[in-house]
Amino acid sequence: MKAAVITFPGSNCDDDAFDTLRRFGGFEVQRIWHKDRPSLEGVNLVVLPGGFSYGDYLRCGAMAALSPVMEEVKRFAEKGGLVLGICNGFQILCESRLLPGTLTMNESQKFICKDVSMRVEKSGGAWATGLQVGEVVSYPVAHGDGRYWIDEAGLGQLEHNGQVLLRYSDASGKVAADFNPNGSTANIAGICNERGNVFGLMPHPERATEHRSQHGLKLWKSIQTVLTGGAA
Amino acid sequence: MKARVTVFCKEAVFDPQGHTLAVSLRQVGFPGVKGTRVGKVIDIELSSNSVAEAKASVQQMCEKLLANPVIESFSYEIKE
Repeated sequence: MKAAVITFPGSNCDDDAFDTLRRFGGFEVQRIWHKDRPSLEGVNLVVLPGGFSYGDYLRCGAMAALSPVMEEVKRFAEKGGLVLGICNGFQILCESRLLPGTLTMNESQKFICKDVSMRVEKSGGAWATGLQVGEVVSYPVAHGDGRYWIDEAGLGQLEHNGQVLLRYSDASGKVAADFNPNGSTANIAGICNERGNVFGLMPHPERATEHRSQHGLKLWKSIQTVLTGGAA
Repeated sequence: MKARVTVFCKEAVFDPQGHTLAVSLRQVGFPGVKGTRVGKVIDIELSSNSVAEAKASVQQMCEKLLANPVIESFSYEIKE
């Protein structure tokens, strides 16, 4: 299995993603600089890592979404390749319209850095094989602009298609505004596209593999299972 | 030729900066402030030959990068 991690100017979780994919995902990992456009032939998974691409200037992820490499990523996604965007990577996926909606400034205006609990909303597929609906996972968040926003019609589509994969909750899986760290629409922490091959989330599964939480391992295991021909 | 682009969050989207600013203004002696919204102003210098050409170009810039149509609206003026 091959994965590619894209580095934009200002990415700062690319090494974490690289390390995690190699050590816990079983991937052979390739690094790609955002200005390059190498062939993604033979690559199974593309990861857009967290960080502050282009200093978060203008809007988070706006300029990175227009990087040369993103044209290749779009083509890769159109062919059904797996694309995962974490934190700033999620913002880039929304800005490039690979995912609907967008990320806005946290309601509190504060940068939030802590562990959050999330309820798994959908089982199966590349991102949640082996996970059960209602199960709670905990990953750290570290963001100032993580408030996912989508209009009512868009939210209706997401819910109808089962595109909401993770919602902020308490440790028992109760979803309520009190457990929403940033004020996101419908407590959304992570969504996928309609086809299910592009996934974006604000929390960091690559930082939940050792020590306090190892719940991130479930995500890497799911991807591994599906790519090696296991249940989807 | 110069262009001034103004970008604002749509009304339906909560603006945390605007909200905080309104609270602060009321606290420092302006109780009549009902609300504020914070936007962005972007000045652009252009080498366009005509106002029409500049307008077409700025419109494209707004759609492609300067504003996110999901949450923002934009307007612009061109000065020769």
